[in-house]
Amino acid sequence: MKNEQGKEQTIIMSGNYAAAWGAKCSRVNVVSAYPITPQTTVVEKLSEFVDKKELDANYIRVESEHSVMAALVGSSMTGARSFSATSGQGLLYMTEMLHWVSSSRLPVVATIASRGIAPPWNIWADYTDILSIRDCGWIIQFASTHQEIFDSILMAYKIAENPEINLPYFIVYGGFIQSHTSKPVRIPSQKIIDDFLPPPPKAGWDHINLNPDNPITHGNLVMPEQEYLDFRFLIQDAMVKSKEKIKKTIQGFNTEFGRDYKGLVELYCCEDADVVVIAYGALAEQNKIAVDQLRAKGQKVGSLKLRYIRPFPTDELLELFNGVVEVIGVVDRGTAFGNPTGGPISTEVMSLLCRARRKVKSLPCIWGIGGRNVTVEDQIGLYEKLLRIKNKNEYPTDETCQHGTVWMGLKIGA
Amino acid sequence: MGKPDNKTAASSGYSSWREIPAVPVSVPCKGSIGATGEWRTFRPVLDAEVCIKCGICYLYCPDGVMIYKEGSIPEINYTYCKGCGICVAVCPKEALKMVREKQ
Ligand code: SF4
Ligand code: SF4
Repeated sequence: MKNEQGKEQTIIMSGNYAAAWGAKCSRVNVVSAYPITPQTTVVEKLSEFVDKKELDANYIRVESEHSVMAALVGSSMTGARSFSATSGQGLLYMTEMLHWVSSSRLPVVATIASRGIAPPWNIWADYTDILSIRDCGWIIQFASTHQEIFDSILMAYKIAENPEINLPYFIVYGGFIQSHTSKPVRIPSQKIIDDFLPPPPKAGWDHINLNPDNPITHGNLVMPEQEYLDFRFLIQDAMVKSKEKIKKTIQGFNTEFGRDYKGLVELYCCEDADVVVIAYGALAEQNKIAVDQLRAKGQKVGSLKLRYIRPFPTDELLELFNGVVEVIGVVDRGTAFGNPTGGPISTEVMSLLCRARRKVKSLPCIWGIGGRNVTVEDQIGLYEKLLRIKNKNEYPTDETCQHGTVWMGLKIGA
Repeated sequence: MGKPDNKTAASSGYSSWREIPAVPVSVPCKGSIGATGEWRTFRPVLDAEVCIKCGICYLYCPDGVMIYKEGSIPEINYTYCKGCGICVAVCPKEALKMVREKQ
């Protein structure tokens, strides 16, 4: 379906197709691809776009995910807008090259249809893949609806290609439930998209100018007393500074397209909430239903969705802690074995509690691992545990609570 | 984002992180990593009597330290020849051999 000038159209499509459409409408110049479930239909759809000449891009098929990212290092260094998608083991396999992209300050964008890590084999929603590479210097954003997947890609290039940022960007969503189910997605007219996202800027990209007439060497050896430390600091500096650019881009997107993605976090009924659950991904979206049901019964509960984990929304969380909240539940859909809570993001969120001006109680939780279903009733059950902490100072003692963390759905017998 | 410059790696000499470019980039220049000849334990020595001036050693030298024009006997720039021995391995006439450096 061509959409060169035309009007906005609404198409029913899978989350993976929304990612492919996002790349197409961003007019990417290079796609490098290797198939892996549940991402595969993203790059299949893109190859179809290229084959039908609906997308004018070089499509590079390689023999592994490591090579996918290596190819994009090269393409991005010529200033080409570069895209790929992967999942699970594939993401882990490309880890070394992820550092080459971020430390070379290349604005590659990739989507991740997250899945459980093997062994044992598991191909269902679980964010342990992306969470294991969270410190690679990539911006990491979760998209919890199909429309958000599409819209995020347009915003991602705008943020990543800003010469003051120049960092690569991951957009993450859950395997199968989000990647393979279909929903209506609004595709704006290409003209409005082109106005919002012009071709990559030429100025400020001096490090990305591979050009045979002006040869340069990348990835040089830098001695301890030279600037290795300073180059690393510049990546952290760009991460922190990207927060403002992200917020501005979200505002600009809202003005242009009329969809408001709020910021680094999305608050739901948090203003007066005594109890707030902090989570990310599609289950954080579903959590709003649990809030509605408990609010209908008069409970002052709220939900905070982390849209970004890199850069980390430190200020937004401190603002919550410094407000009225008394108890937070922090939920991971992923594991970090051996860290203080067993969940990577709960550990990070809770580490900020010591910087709050007030005492806030907390309970870490792990849910939905390996695609395990989490119902609204399960989510209400978590709020009930948190309300018991608030009202009676009673922390859960049932067997699903192990080593201080609730493992929602852990099999504990009759 | 700072621009790449042609400072050699051995003397970058920036005083503040605010001045440095986002990534280390170097432009071609002679011996950007210093006098690599100091790395040598063995030096390639050319026997001009045997050499057929084919230039294969020049093509293979990874550091471009052979000075060669078609039909000439190659010369080795020992300031930068790191002594890897590749030229010796590829010479079809065994006109090159590795000789241990003296102290
Ligand atoms: S020893 Fe190595 S560096 Fe030296 S001239 Fe031969 S090939 Fe070049
Ligand atoms: S490869 Fe051997 S024969 Fe050929 S030019 Fe070099 S030294 Fe001479």
